[in-house]
Amino acid sequence: MLEKALEGGKRYWAWVFFLGALALIGTYFYLRQFNIGLGITGMHRDVSWGLYIGQFTFLVGVAASAVMLVIPYYLHDYKKFGKIVILGEFLAISAVTMCILFIFVDMGQPMRIMNVLLHPTPNSIMFWDAFVLSGYLFLNALIGWITLGSDRKGVPPPKWIKPFIYLSIPWAISIHTVTAFLYAGLPGRHFWLTAIMAARFLASAFAGGPALLIILAMIVRKLTKFDPGKEAIQAVGKIVAYAMFANVFFLVLELFTAFYSQIPGHMHPFKYLFTGLEGHAELVPLMWTSVVFAAISLVMLIVPSIRRNEGLLLLACIVLFISLWIDKGFGLIIGGFVPNPLEEVHTYWPTFPETMITIGVWAVGFLILTFLYKIAVSVREQTAGIEIDH
Amino acid sequence: MSMDRRQFLKITGISSILSFGATVASATHPIWMKGLAPEQVDRNKEALTAKRWAMVVDMSKFKTEDDFNRTIDACHHTHNVPDFRTPDGKVDKKLEIKWIWKTGFERAFPGQENRYMSEHIKEMPFLVLCNHCDNPACVRVCPTKATFKLPDGITMQDMHRCIGCRFCMAACPYGARSFNWVDPRPAIKKEFLNKEYPTRTKGVVEKCTFCTERLSVGKMPACVEAAPKGGLIFGDLEDPASEVRKIVETKLTIRRKPDLGTGPAIYYLIGGSDHA
Repeated sequence: MLEKALEGGKRYWAWVFFLGALALIGTYFYLRQFNIGLGITGMHRDVSWGLYIGQFTFLVGVAASAVMLVIPYYLHDYKKFGKIVILGEFLAISAVTMCILFIFVDMGQPMRIMNVLLHPTPNSIMFWDAFVLSGYLFLNALIGWITLGSDRKGVPPPKWIKPFIYLSIPWAISIHTVTAFLYAGLPGRHFWLTAIMAARFLASAFAGGPALLIILAMIVRKLTKFDPGKEAIQAVGKIVAYAMFANVFFLVLELFTAFYSQIPGHMHPFKYLFTGLEGHAELVPLMWTSVVFAAISLVMLIVPSIRRNEGLLLLACIVLFISLWIDKGFGLIIGGFVPNPLEEVHTYWPTFPETMITIGVWAVGFLILTFLYKIAVSVREQTAGIEIDH
Repeated sequence: MSMDRRQFLKITGISSILSFGATVASATHPIWMKGLAPEQVDRNKEALTAKRWAMVVDMSKFKTEDDFNRTIDACHHTHNVPDFRTPDGKVDKKLEIKWIWKTGFERAFPGQENRYMSEHIKEMPFLVLCNHCDNPACVRVCPTKATFKLPDGITMQDMHRCIGCRFCMAACPYGARSFNWVDPRPAIKKEFLNKEYPTRTKGVVEKCTFCTERLSVGKMPACVEAAPKGGLIFGDLEDPASEVRKIVETKLTIRRKPDLGTGPAIYYLIGGSDHA
């Protein structure tokens, strides 16, 4: 099926080369970082993780969100998701690949990365994260490939793939739970030390991931003959609405605990992010953008007449995606480090090379996504009209 | 000898796999060979040993700015800790690496300060360093065992195994760890270079090691030697006759964030030695 990615019109190749160019620019800056060190980023000893780890965390959520299509389709036999589910599985492959790349570019000594396997350390959550992420990549690649291959031949997928599909459901939950555990078990990081972290991660993932999927599905429908289905998109829209509500609710729970208890350490990171602390208010405009966007998208998704209008649904999804990206891809990490364990405020902002490396990784991810979607769409265009029972 | 394309690819493929394997193996020691057990290695007869190394910091003994600087410099020069400066001569906060430094009371002990406490204590700088915890979060999170506990209580750092993921820096509740954001060697002043201690490469985490390298040849930690007499007291907390044990038993000492359950091994004597 791979050959399908090599057949395309001018527009397709222009897009591929555009992403390829961004990836190359990112690679150039990565090589500079490789030579000089992580000093070319905005990080320092007090904010020792930044944009890279934020993107990693955010994208684990995007990857896990494929389960929001797999559960209705495979567990509840919701047939309307028959076409869109492959888009979710392939999005997961692209997202996990970006996660792995973001971890890699964040390493101080990338050439020693195999030390994680040479000296396996089960008490480190990082060890488990490497394990569940690579497992999830394998599962989605296998499931996506086998089911699409069967579709192409016009036969139902083989029975032996079913256990893998069922396994992928708890596995998706596990990747984001383990990622939350990276943060939620650290003493002295008040912002992260919260039992609700994994639940919050899953809620934001199940909002942000499917929102991105709606955006992608609408693009695919516009550019190709492949239609994931109006009802399918509407159903995903409802999932986004519920998950976003849960996400905002969880955030309110965090705020209550911090501010009703009045424990300074718990309030400080929120103050730094939303009002500024000790004269530092660099992130305040960004965080309020996230809050306002979250509110707008939530209202748009809850009101049925707005959600049913596809143009407005698309807008709501874009606004929601931006909101969650700021909140989880940036604020969540920086809030954990500011103030530092000595209650000092040291701020962080990504540098130009750091931003270009980040864009480069996203470009690689979208390149993979483009190829995979091209393959999926080509297969589906050939078998258009044939409904296959999975 | 002639070979076709297929054979050539086979041979080069196999040999590159083998050489990759050899590189991985030689990076530590061959996987099939176990390293030496501790009892197979002779210890230096002069080595200072303990069941549980610990330190008491008696702030009343530090009187002048120089008392602090001498102590800090002794550590940093002994261990080739780079001194990154901005063009105008200030400490470069972006690249800064520190093993031991001074900070205010409310920074060292957040939440302990009160409005009416003596100006003296409020303004007094406190020396802070790695606490060599009983139950260190950094060791728990490290994915490669590059940071680990020694039997004598020291939290050690293997800068050759560290992959630079900085999970330990996120985990440490004392901000005791620093990362080499760039090559540190150009920032080590020639006149302070200690050829007996390794310099580091970029991309690894480092911190205070309680001077294991000095203890193993019978010397006290560099900071203890350089501090004003009685300012830093170092010894075996498990030994009832040791000075650190006597102080901790008889005086009121405080530790940084003991409520986190890390079990820090640095004890601070605050009100001087007269009243506890």
